[in-house]
This record gives sequence, C-alpha cells and structure tokens, in this order.
Amino acid sequence: MSMNNVGRPTRPEAANDAPAGHETLTGARGLLQDEALIFELDGWNKTGVDLPEAAAPSSDLAGLLRTDPIGLPGLSEPEAVRHYVRLSQKNHAIDLALYPLGSCTMKHNPRLNEKMARLPGFSDIHPLQPTSTVQGALQLMDRLAHWLKTLTGMPAVALSPKAGAHGELCGLLAIRAAHEAAGNGHRKTVLAPTSAHGTNPATAAFVGYTVVEIAQTEDGRVDLKDLESKLGDHVAAIMVTNPNTCGLFERDVVEIARLTHAAGAYFYCDGANFNAIVGRVRPGDLGVDAMHINLHKTFSTPHGGGGPGAGPVVLSEALAPFAPTPWLTHGEDGFDLVEHAGEEGAKTAFGRMSAFHGQMGMYVRAYAYMLSHGADGLKQAAEDAVLNANYVKARLKDVMSPAFPEGPCMHEALFDDSWLEGTGVTTLDFAKAMIDEGFHPMTMYFPLVVHGAMLIEPTETESRQELDRFIAALRALAGAAKAGDTERFKGAPFHAPLRRLDETQAARKPRLKWKPVAAAPLAAE
Amino acid sequence: MRYLPLTPEDRAEMLGVIGVKSIDDLFVDVPASARRDKPVDLPHHVGELEVEREMAALAKRNRAAGEGPFFCGAGAYRHHVPATVDHIIQRSEFLTSYTPYQPEIAQGTLQVLFEFQTQVAALTGMEVANASLYDGSTGAAEAVMMAQRVTRRNKAVMSGGVHPHYVGAIETLAHAAGVQTTRMPAAIDAEDAVIAAIDQDTACVVVQTPNVFGTVTDVTKIAEAAHAAGALLIVVTTEAVSYGLLKSPGEMGADIAVAEGQSIGNGLNFGGPYVGLFACKEKFVRQMPGRLCGETVDADGKRGFVLTLSTREQHIRRDKATSNICTNSGLCALAFSIHMSLLGETGLRKLAALNHQKAVALRDALAAVPGYEILTPRFFNEFAVRVPGKAAELVETLASHGVLAGVPFSRLDAGAGMDDVLLVAATETTMDIDITFLTKLLTKVVGQ
Repeated sequence: MSMNNVGRPTRPEAANDAPAGHETLTGARGLLQDEALIFELDGWNKTGVDLPEAAAPSSDLAGLLRTDPIGLPGLSEPEAVRHYVRLSQKNHAIDLALYPLGSCTMKHNPRLNEKMARLPGFSDIHPLQPTSTVQGALQLMDRLAHWLKTLTGMPAVALSPKAGAHGELCGLLAIRAAHEAAGNGHRKTVLAPTSAHGTNPATAAFVGYTVVEIAQTEDGRVDLKDLESKLGDHVAAIMVTNPNTCGLFERDVVEIARLTHAAGAYFYCDGANFNAIVGRVRPGDLGVDAMHINLHKTFSTPHGGGGPGAGPVVLSEALAPFAPTPWLTHGEDGFDLVEHAGEEGAKTAFGRMSAFHGQMGMYVRAYAYMLSHGADGLKQAAEDAVLNANYVKARLKDVMSPAFPEGPCMHEALFDDSWLEGTGVTTLDFAKAMIDEGFHPMTMYFPLVVHGAMLIEPTETESRQELDRFIAALRALAGAAKAGDTERFKGAPFHAPLRRLDETQAARKPRLKWKPVAAAPLAAE
Repeated sequence: MRYLPLTPEDRAEMLGVIGVKSIDDLFVDVPASARRDKPVDLPHHVGELEVEREMAALAKRNRAAGEGPFFCGAGAYRHHVPATVDHIIQRSEFLTSYTPYQPEIAQGTLQVLFEFQTQVAALTGMEVANASLYDGSTGAAEAVMMAQRVTRRNKAVMSGGVHPHYVGAIETLAHAAGVQTTRMPAAIDAEDAVIAAIDQDTACVVVQTPNVFGTVTDVTKIAEAAHAAGALLIVVTTEAVSYGLLKSPGEMGADIAVAEGQSIGNGLNFGGPYVGLFACKEKFVRQMPGRLCGETVDADGKRGFVLTLSTREQHIRRDKATSNICTNSGLCALAFSIHMSLLGETGLRKLAALNHQKAVALRDALAAVPGYEILTPRFFNEFAVRVPGKAAELVETLASHGVLAGVPFSRLDAGAGMDDVLLVAATETTMDIDITFLTKLLTKVVGQ
C-alpha cells in the first residue's frame, strides 16, 4: 500500500524539532506516532468479535443476498484499542487544557453524568416498549422539562429536537403553523441580525422563508430603528441570539419583543448563549416566544468531537399548541406519550421532528448536571462564566483590540484584528500559533460583523490559574507579533501532530474515502 | 459547588482587575424588568451521592431490555456491543473535544470520520458517505430535500413499507419546503407499488428494505422506473446489520442510501442519541447535507484530514446552504466505527447470518402457536405476525408476565387498520430459552 509519505517528513527540519542530525530513523517522534488507516493494517480476514457459527441463510432470501465483497477490514481487540488510543492522542480536548471556542461553551463534562447515562434502566430501554414499563424514563423527561420551563420562565417545552439547529427548525415550524392556523400564511419573511449564527438564516430558508438582515449599531446590538423599518405584516418572525454572538446582552430586548409582537410576528431567540444568564435571567421575562437550548452547551452534555447534542425548544402559550409530537402527558395511570399529530391530546401539533422521542441519553446527562448544580449552582455558573470572560477581556485589552471596549461583555470576549494591523500576521496565523503554546484557538472569523474576529469563551469551569496561564500566553504572542516575529506565526503550528493543512486542495480534489488502488502521492502545492 | 474552580477570593480579586464592584455590575445590560431578586424555584445543589440516589430511583422504574425475553425492533435494535467500544468513546480526547475546526489538533476525530465514511460507503455500496447525521429518520428527510435540489422537482413518493416515524420526519420537512408527498398505503410486501405513482414531476422515490414489516425487497426494478422518469431512488434501512447479508442499496441502483446506524456500536437509549448513515453517488456530493471529511496534506507533505466542501454548509452559505445542520453525531459515529472495525467483514457477515438464524427460529416457533399467522414473506431479523385480538393489548399482557414481546404496528400507525399486527425482532442476543418462554406464554394467553 502506498502510504503517501506517512511518517516521512519532506523537510528534514520539519516535524522533528530536533537539532540537525537528530532526526529519528523512522520518522516517528517518540510517543507521537503516525497511525495508518484501518484499511492499511492488513486486517481483511480478521475479526475482533467471537461469534458462534451461523447456519446458511434461509431459501426465502434467494436472490437477495450480497454477492460482492464489502471491503471492510477487521482488527483484533488489542489492535483496535491501540489504533484508537493512538488516534485519540492527536486530539486537543477540554480535559487537556482551556478550549475557548466562542459560542460553543466548552465547559468541563462531569463524569458522574456519563455514569448515570449508563445505568441499564436508561441505556437499555427501547423507545417503543409499553409506556407502563418506562415510567421512570418518562418521569425524568417530565422533570427535565420542569427545570427547563422554570429556568426560562416559559410554559411549554418540546424536548425532541436533536441539536441546536434542529431546535431552530422546530421553533420556526411551530411559528409557521401558528401563522397558518391564524390565516397568516402570507407572512414569509424572517429578520435576523448580520451577526447571527449561520444556522439561523439556513433554518429560515429551509422552512421556505426569506431572510432579511437587520443592521447592527456601533455598540454591537440590534439597531431598533432598522428593525422597526423592516417589520410589517409580511414578517413571520425575528431570530435574535441573546446574549448575542458578539458576547453582548441585547439591552433593548424587551423593546425588540414589543415591536415584534406589535407587528404580529414572533420572537425566536437562539439560546446558544443561555449559559451566560441561566438562573439569573428568564427569557420568558424578556418577551421571547420560542428558544432552543443546547443541552451540550449550557448543561454540559459532552460535545463528543461533534455531536450528539440535543436542542429542546421552550415555547410560549401562543406556540405551545403547535409543538411537535411526541407529547408527554400525565394521567391516572402515570405518564404517557401522545405520538401522532392530530390524535386526541396533540390535535394541533405540526408533526414529528424525528423517529422516537429525542435524545434520551442527553436528557439523563443534562438532568444529572442540573441536580448537581441546583438553582444556586447554575446561577453561580452563569456568573463565573461572565466573570471569567470579563477578566480575560480586561487583561488583554491593552495588547489586543476588543471589538466593543465599552461596558462589560457577557460569557465571551470578542476581539477584532485591528491590533494586528501592519504585523503581517492574520487571525488565522495567530490562532495557529496558539496551538504551539498548548491552547485550542478561539473561534475565528465569527461573528461576521467584526473584521478578523476572535471570539473567546473561557466558560465557568476554568480556574483563575488556568486563565492566567492562557492570558500570559496570549500576551506573549501578541508581543511577538508586534515585534515582527512573523515566522513564528506564518509557519505555525510547529508543535502539533501535523503542520498546517492544505484545505484548498482538499476541496478542489475531494478524497472522501480510502481507495484500495494506490493513488499517486499527493504533493503539497 | 464541585464543578466551579473559582474561590470567593478569586472572584473578589477578579472583579477588582475588571474594575467593577460586584457581579451585578457585569449584568447591567439586563433590563430592570427582567432582573430577579430571588433565585428560581428549584432545588439547591447536591453531592454525587444524592444525584446517584435520585437517578437510580428513576432508572429502577424502567424495565431494561436485558431483564428478560425481549423482541422489540421497529427501528431500534438490541445488539451486543463489545466492551472496547464504550471504553474508547469515554476517552477524554474523544469525549471532550469538539467539531474539528482546527485540524492540526483534531486528527484523531478527523481520521475516525474518514474511516467511518469509508466504512459507510462500503456497507451501502455507494460512492461517498458523509460524517453522519442525527439519525436515520432525519437523514431520510434530508435525502428528500437533497433530491429536490438535485432534480428541481417538488414531489416525493414513499412506499407503504417506510417506517411511519420516518414518514413523519419526511413530511415535516417536505411540507415546509413545498415538496408534495404521496405515501402508498401501509402494506407488508408492496415496495413495488410506488412504481405506479412515479411521474415526470417526481423528485424522488423513498423505499425501505428491510421495510418496517421486515420484508426484504430487491429494489432494482424501482430504481429503473425512477431513473426512467428522471427521479432519484432513496433507499432507507433501519437495521444496519442487514448490510452484512443483503444486497446493498448501491448494488440495486440507489442514488441515496440512508440508514439508522444504532445497531452497530450504540445502545437503545430509549430512542436517542443515534447515528444517521448517509451515502450517495459521487456526482451529487455538492448537494449533500452535513459534514464531510476529506484527505489532504500538511505543509510538510504529510497526509492529514480536514472537514471539506464546507461551502455547502450553513456557516459559510447561510440561507443558501444545502441544510441547516451544523453538527453530526460524532461520538455515536465513533462507536459505530469502532464496533465495525472490530467486526470486520468476517464478523459482520457472521453477525448478520446469526441474526437471521435467530429470527427464523422465532418465526418457526410462532408459526406453530395456534391463532398466530406470520405475515412477512422474506425477512432479515424482524417480521410481522397477525395475533388474535389487539396487538397492543397482547403486548401489555405479556409485559406483565415479564416479556417485551414486540411493537404493535398500531403504535406506529394507528390509522392503518392493522391493530392485530405485531412486529417482532430477534438478534444475536436472543436465546432459545427466550423464544420458548414466549411461545409457552402465548399458548397460555390464547388458551384463556
């Protein structure tokens, strides 16, 4: 098999961090091993699972059986464990160091939650067992719903959406159903600020709405005048993130809600940043009609390298009747589920978001997290998240340029790249140099309203010591950038498992799976 | 609070550094009307022990599948997952990392996704696969949206064998996007009936094999009919283990293959989180929803992996994106990929054959019970049975005797007039003794 230069640096000084003459003979760097793909480990006839011999398939399946080789390698258990452990060591993770990805809320994931989710009474139950045999699961969903409704000050919640974006879809579908029921099907426009997450306009377009952007004021908030001028009886909803993606609380949120309602539209709040206000501010008190809650952010169900998440949606009285099935009910015989729209008990539901009842495994983790914190702990967590972000902002504002220097930020501190002007170093270069210093970079180039944005969200689970370490690293890097040490940035990272990757080539000639034919070695261009 | 590292002294000093007097000064932008002078009405924080007690009490009120004979399927299956899988997915570096936005320090996640995509493409017999979607049902809905983009047509036809929950998820998205859906009447063995409903405005045909009643169908003819009309064929599978025994969607001419991958590496978890498998022909790749991982090189020419073709996605294309999806089902995809790597082709084929064998044994046992009629002609590991009386009531009765006997079809589709139809599944976890216990109980129940 061709290995595409695996383990063979093309530049002697590269990847070996060693004085000349000390390159290793194999290309490996001590514990940092290159790891072949499972398809390159020669496991075509192996298996790591012992199973009894099975009989030949019944004649019923004649002509329906797979005849071609599938092309799946197998690994014995020791090989599999080693493969995945080696791969794991190429990942940065919350458990290793600060992971300040703005908007993503990379807080500590308590291991108790993992333990609870693995109780067989939660992990080994089927979604379509008789409801009489899963009363504990339904009760947990009911309690989770109670916490979410109490924390948001909202009367109803749809638990089933599987992620934040799925929650947005759910909220907008409920809004659409409410408009259609009221004879307002002609309302087809959604207003969203330029600073919105990309999911907001994408969701609105997905449900057949046209997206119109709302301008932003100098201080990073919704421009009320612009909003007012764009509202009208063609508008179905506004989508506003609060705290917003600049890490700022929308001061005029109550007025935003009033104007929206006066125009006959609904206020959808993107709850991605609920972590900053949980236990302190209830979105229901601000006039929100629908808001998704990312359980993987605010309630710390693990991000898992990109999912699974969960995105329950709290709904106002006006929207609650349109919530998707299943609906959880409580009667004399205990808890039950109404699983079909149009059935007694869910007559006005707009339909179903997905199979079954949503992300139970995430509900268990989130509920364990809620119980652990309690109302007091959640409030303290929000306060510490805001305190940590403001501390980072205060300690960096003299060497970097905060995008909105006036007043406090909420849970994340936003910087632009004006402080890098003339250094030849870009936001991307700076981020890559942070990798060499042992930190995951912040969110880059988002929100779009700020040039070369750097969005830092430390979260409440970072100690002051870790924050100080992070701040010291950023200050040192800022000094180096301004002192003209551009090579440190342009070539970064030097100390990661891989050097900077060629994303242009990946997109131009997509190679989306391993192919058995030895391909010509790729050349870096 | 054990998860919060800041001490009161830290907080006081940090407020000083920021230059404010109290934490309230950082919340000044909150309108006065929304400021709360008292905490919300919820309990105070507690230690691990108290949490464990409450959770254990809730868990105890559920009957776990492993507690006795168990025959439920209908889109979620009980399989044995090797211990290695759960150990690896709980490693810090996989569990507590996020979307690989910085590929240089996320090669672990990225290489896993690349391997996963290769495995899924091989299993489905398709050219390309994405890095996973939320689950099979949302994958099916996304596939219909994708067919609308590819064909620029607005009609979808679904067979009567598609899982009703999948139909629901498809209808929800289709209704919003202005796609008209036609669903053929629920039928045990009639995937072919969709052919009559295909016309020149059809964007896609959605069929399922094995279908919700367990029936296995060669859909090659349906593919030909769809293609002749310029429509795409979407083949749905809810039991991924079946790929180890049956013709793949790709072999039969599918344009998009969608599956629920829960069976491999993932537990039942009361319905979620699961993992959606999504694969298609290469020519449609730029219309695909979700994340894609691709191979490239780093500055030193070493092989590496990145998320790619992201101009399809919401964070770049916003309201012009192929989907609003932002995440995938990363950790469940990892579990799937580890289990699949352990099985390998040899193990998967054996596992599939074993599942089929157990189901045949179950069928033979049930066929011998007076009053019970097997309805599914050709199946993998799940089939439909006509029972005397209402299936839902029978299931309740059997549950009170400690057996979870299957899923009444009426629970999935109350209006199909199939109240006497029960869906039963067997997997490698089904033991002969379970089957014997069930049939003895049925004989007794019928005899009453």
